[in-house]
Amino acid sequence: MAMLEVRNLGVTFATNDGTVTAVNGVNFALERGETLGIVGESGSGKSQLSFAIMGLLAANGTATGSVLFDGQELLNAPPKVINPLRAVKIAMVFQDPMTSLNPYMRVCDQMAEVLIHHKGMSKAHAMAECVRMLDAVKIPDAKGRFRLYPHEFSGGMRQRVMIAMALMCGPDLLIADEPTTALDVTVQAQIMSLLNALQKDFGMATILITHDLGVIAGFCRDVIVLYGGRIMEKAPVEPLFASPAHPYTRGLISAIPRVDTHGETLVTIPGTPPNMLRAPKGCPFAPRCAHAGDDCADSPAPLTQFAPGRLRACHRSLEELA
Amino acid sequence: MFSYIARRLLVAIPTLLILIVLSAVLMHAAPGGPFNSERKLSPEVIANLTAKYGLDQPLWYQIWAYIRDLVLHFDFGPSFKYKDRTVNDIIAQGFPVTLKYGFWSFIIATVLGIVAGVVAAINHNKATDYLVLTIAIVGAVLPGYVLAPIMVLFFTLYLGWLPGGGWEDGEWRYLVMPVLALATGYIASIARLMRSSMLETLNSNFVRTARAKGLPEWKVITGHVMKPALLPILSYLGPVFVGMVTGSVVIDMYFSTGGIGKSFVDSALNRDYSVMLGITLLVGALTILFNLIVDVLYAFIDPKIRY
Amino acid sequence: MVSAQMRAGDLSGITDNFEIKGRSLWADARKRFMANKAAVASLFILIAIALFSILGEPLAAWTHEEIDFDLIGSVETKGMPSFENGHYFGTDDLARDLFARSAQGTRISLMVGFVGTFIAVLVGTVYGAVAGYVGGRTDAVMMRIVDILSAIPYMFVLILLLVMFGRSMFMIFVGIGMLSWLGMARIVRGQTLSLKHKEYIEAARASGVSSWMIILRHILPNLMGVVTVYTTLLIPDMIMAESFISFLGLGVQEPLTSLGALIAEGAKSIVQGSLWQLYFPLAFFVVTLYAFYFVGDGLRDALDPKDR
Repeated sequence: MAMLEVRNLGVTFATNDGTVTAVNGVNFALERGETLGIVGESGSGKSQLSFAIMGLLAANGTATGSVLFDGQELLNAPPKVINPLRAVKIAMVFQDPMTSLNPYMRVCDQMAEVLIHHKGMSKAHAMAECVRMLDAVKIPDAKGRFRLYPHEFSGGMRQRVMIAMALMCGPDLLIADEPTTALDVTVQAQIMSLLNALQKDFGMATILITHDLGVIAGFCRDVIVLYGGRIMEKAPVEPLFASPAHPYTRGLISAIPRVDTHGETLVTIPGTPPNMLRAPKGCPFAPRCAHAGDDCADSPAPLTQFAPGRLRACHRSLEELA
Repeated sequence: MFSYIARRLLVAIPTLLILIVLSAVLMHAAPGGPFNSERKLSPEVIANLTAKYGLDQPLWYQIWAYIRDLVLHFDFGPSFKYKDRTVNDIIAQGFPVTLKYGFWSFIIATVLGIVAGVVAAINHNKATDYLVLTIAIVGAVLPGYVLAPIMVLFFTLYLGWLPGGGWEDGEWRYLVMPVLALATGYIASIARLMRSSMLETLNSNFVRTARAKGLPEWKVITGHVMKPALLPILSYLGPVFVGMVTGSVVIDMYFSTGGIGKSFVDSALNRDYSVMLGITLLVGALTILFNLIVDVLYAFIDPKIRY
Repeated sequence: MVSAQMRAGDLSGITDNFEIKGRSLWADARKRFMANKAAVASLFILIAIALFSILGEPLAAWTHEEIDFDLIGSVETKGMPSFENGHYFGTDDLARDLFARSAQGTRISLMVGFVGTFIAVLVGTVYGAVAGYVGGRTDAVMMRIVDILSAIPYMFVLILLLVMFGRSMFMIFVGIGMLSWLGMARIVRGQTLSLKHKEYIEAARASGVSSWMIILRHILPNLMGVVTVYTTLLIPDMIMAESFISFLGLGVQEPLTSLGALIAEGAKSIVQGSLWQLYFPLAFFVVTLYAFYFVGDGLRDALDPKDR
């Protein structure tokens, strides 16, 4: 059995304007030590997917389906079941290191509290661990800086602190939710290479959530393409880039700006992402899809395997798309 | 830290000076002198009085003399109305009373307000939340001068539990109603403020991080939510303090407690300008001092503030 | 590394079925406000109270200053609310009609609320916008002045003013308005500071628009939201302040009255058992303040849609 199994996961939010569907019928599994990328535009539901797994949905959110971790149901599990798993087995790195660290607490206290709570470590011991961990994420002069407050660190350094904090207990699964979005481009690259190195050192399974195909390409083994809360395509990285099998994936990949086609207009996907307040009945991509037919608007295509390890959700056959 | 306090104190001094000068100018500009009372006084008497209180001196000298006495001797000058009493006497009589019931209402308003706000926020959108919110809104629109007679009607006339007024050196039965009448409005506003600042903090990203660490909810709240949620309350304590002193006007009138509020109203009715000015200055100085304490506390709690 | 998605989003020349119709901020806010039942109900209650304050006296059987000589001396026993003698709310201690007096008192209280707030909005907005926009030393000095004024015990100074210069409506308006703009100035300054660095302001400045024009055409309209919300929350404060002054007997002069003065009189008479003298003015006072709070809350939620 896989370490993590997500079955028919759905996430909805009750808002003043009606029910918003963020995630709809998502299935996937993850083995130990594997790396999975989840790519999608903002509003595709990728962040809410990760919050649902961790049980961190906002108060007005509801999750349906099933999330099994080592055979244990996480979805809507009571705190006494899920709390011992958080940070110990599953840890998370959040998008915005500016606001995701507590500005009123010293960095070391925020980090140490994980060990003190879960491992019953003494404060002194936990502090020593913090310094060790800050060294591991390559924060220069960790010994001199671990007593500082978050605002005394730069954005990239704060994200390193976030990562160090997530790895304190040596989790089996790390979920990184857009870990580089809020950072400068040069810092983005440093953080990604750090994550890459740490993933290999610690050997934990990692889910990387991003809107950036470039980040996925360098980090993950498998990729899930999410659109309008549904999986459009799932495949290993190389074939996904080499021969994308879904019109949306094709659009995404051809929209990556290339240096060698300098001077030409940038390729875009026409239209805007769907308004999830009125979740489309059929394929969410149909209104923007050049190949869409009547059947696409009526019902979503099931996610089916068409080659070893490769799945797609499209009513049109590969031949029709060519 | 010390340089921060020193800097804030240095700013407080000009503020006080401006307050003094403004008040003195106002007093001078007021139509009709302080001796224009019902009784017609002979011109000689008025001239004597004017000379005695130094009102025949030029304005700048009056202001200078006032500040000099205040700074050097902490002397607010003589009362214009009562020949044998100084402003200091009057303040010394009323202020301890106000301080006593003001202190207790301050404590009760802060503690009850915070507790109610926290309880409401933790039970957001549940019955408890709505109950606290409803009570808080009721409390916020019931001014002390309405609450006071209702309380007297209930506790004194109907139940006969508490004396309807008086002070008796602040014996507890004489304290209950003044303290409650003064505190109710502030319990309500602190509860509302605490609730919304708590909700805002609960929605912040770093609280999500704390939850992702697998801490139990009570640890998340005590360790991560309380401190930032309390900061807006801290800055509200300055106005609460001022409200305690201002509210004493009502309390003293209804419960005959004889605090500073009574002295102020009496002096207002008697056109006893020096007493009014003295009390206004004292309250102003205390406000500045109190805000300073709050700012220092704030700087202590919020690491982003550098001093 | 520019992401594909970011480019895909911003060039949507083609309209599609799912595109959200462009609505203005205000239309959106109105919709959200209308969905808030408490706020809408409160708005109607406020309109009804305002109508009562204007039309109440002409409709009453008595004016606010007429003394009913049939009742004088026996107010406690005969002055209670009654339709027969035309005193729908009863009479006060001097046998004057409480219905007419409540209407007239509500009018004064609302007027103080609106005029005081108007002064606060006018002075506070301009002051705050200028301080925030100009910035630097000017800003520091201007906000220092606000700090100094805020440290003045406001109620005491107001009483001082009323005692020294005599009681008059004008003095109350000036006194309350003068001291109430400080909060508004602070809020507006904060908002202006954050608006100042928005691209469209930079663009206006770059194309040579004068500072005054930028404040007038770009900054002030964008402050409307926060000013509106603060205004509705300020009005009840003003009404409270006036009622406090009136309670002390320093407010409007007889035979005119205000809700605060009526409540003060009513509170004195409860010992004699003529409770109606407290109930009616108190009800108008409390309901008016409630209604303003709910409208203010509704506006805040409508203009600043966060889950609170």
